[in-house]
Amino acid sequence: METLAQDLSPEEQFQARIDADIRIEPKDWMPEAYRKTLIRQISQHAHSELVGMLPEGNWITRAPSLKRKSILLAKVQDEAGHGLYLYSAAETLGTSRDQMLADLHSGKAKYSSIFNYPTLSWADMGCVGWLVDGAAILNQVPLCRTSYGPYARAMVRVCKEESFHQRQGFEIMQTLCEGAPVQKEMAQEALNRWWWPTLMMFGPKDSESPNTAQSMNWRIKRFTNDELRQKFVDMMVPQAEFLGLTVPDPAVKWNEARQAYDFGEVNWEEFWNVVKGNGLCNHERLQARVQAHEEGAWVREAALAHAAKRKAREAVAV
Amino acid sequence: MNQQEWPLWEVFIRSKQGLDHKHVGSLHAADAAMAMQNARDVYTRRLEGVSIWVVESKHIHASNPDEAAEFFDPAADKVYRHPTFYDVPDSIKHM
Repeated sequence: METLAQDLSPEEQFQARIDADIRIEPKDWMPEAYRKTLIRQISQHAHSELVGMLPEGNWITRAPSLKRKSILLAKVQDEAGHGLYLYSAAETLGTSRDQMLADLHSGKAKYSSIFNYPTLSWADMGCVGWLVDGAAILNQVPLCRTSYGPYARAMVRVCKEESFHQRQGFEIMQTLCEGAPVQKEMAQEALNRWWWPTLMMFGPKDSESPNTAQSMNWRIKRFTNDELRQKFVDMMVPQAEFLGLTVPDPAVKWNEARQAYDFGEVNWEEFWNVVKGNGLCNHERLQARVQAHEEGAWVREAALAHAAKRKAREAVAV
Repeated sequence: MNQQEWPLWEVFIRSKQGLDHKHVGSLHAADAAMAMQNARDVYTRRLEGVSIWVVESKHIHASNPDEAAEFFDPAADKVYRHPTFYDVPDSIKHM
């Protein structure tokens, strides 16, 4: 196959590299649409990590033991770290941290809708780890091979840390399920509330996801939403059974022919409603973010002033 | 918008004695001391390193990928720099 590189348009050369699984690096030529889509996808992901700290932070002071508290603190710190890895990756595409945060705070940029649901009981910490992080892992593992180098490298780091998150969540659920009836009830109740929102994390149905084809072509998405949702259900139903819990979907049934679980239809009206900002906690989450940012402004300014002053002092000393 | 974004730093980590420092990512910090502490907190929460370098990103000069073909061209036709270029008789050992 001797097609000379110069016979191809930049777009064709770019696609050829992607098809050959050659990673794209920050200074390489790329189509504007690829750059824009990636900035949107990576920053949205970073925002999700950042906002994702809020529902769990809610429970740090009320964790049932010192051990659980230490674990939860470490997990929330990891989420902050994941946000930072991802913001750094997005910045290599030419956007700035300030711009991304401004877009989050103005509501222009989205984050995962799952964090717009409240965490009402300690069992919710179990569900967030077990289900929400479980779903996140399914989404994220394929992204370790995504076509944009800095994004893929950030995802490798994220995935390494994420499996602890899922396991600690499962352990919380298991402990509750092996405890008193009232504890098991709490676990079941949390599963009832988190199951469907977690299925929504994979995004709209393939038939309603017009950008999927282009994203798969660019290898910034490696499985479709429906494929991942199916995988998740197949993974989770047996785990729920192990815990002695019931997934809140009467349509869940093993399909021998498909070698997969059948399951019911997600409430898409609720999905779009939360995406549009009408979820239970949209307002509260964003407000908490903006408040933290604004109240931290003096710290950011003071650190810069301190650095400038010290630099000036060093210059005089020399 | 706040024009006073903290400068960007690149982070390099030696994962254990005997290995070289490797680029792991970047972060924002007001000065080198803060960059070092942030690098520790962001990139070594699980003992991933025994030594950290931080360099302000603006000090890094990178080769231009658009000129990579010409730039690396001088090495492309010098196969004789590789040991596999030479035929060594089978009976010759230790070479």
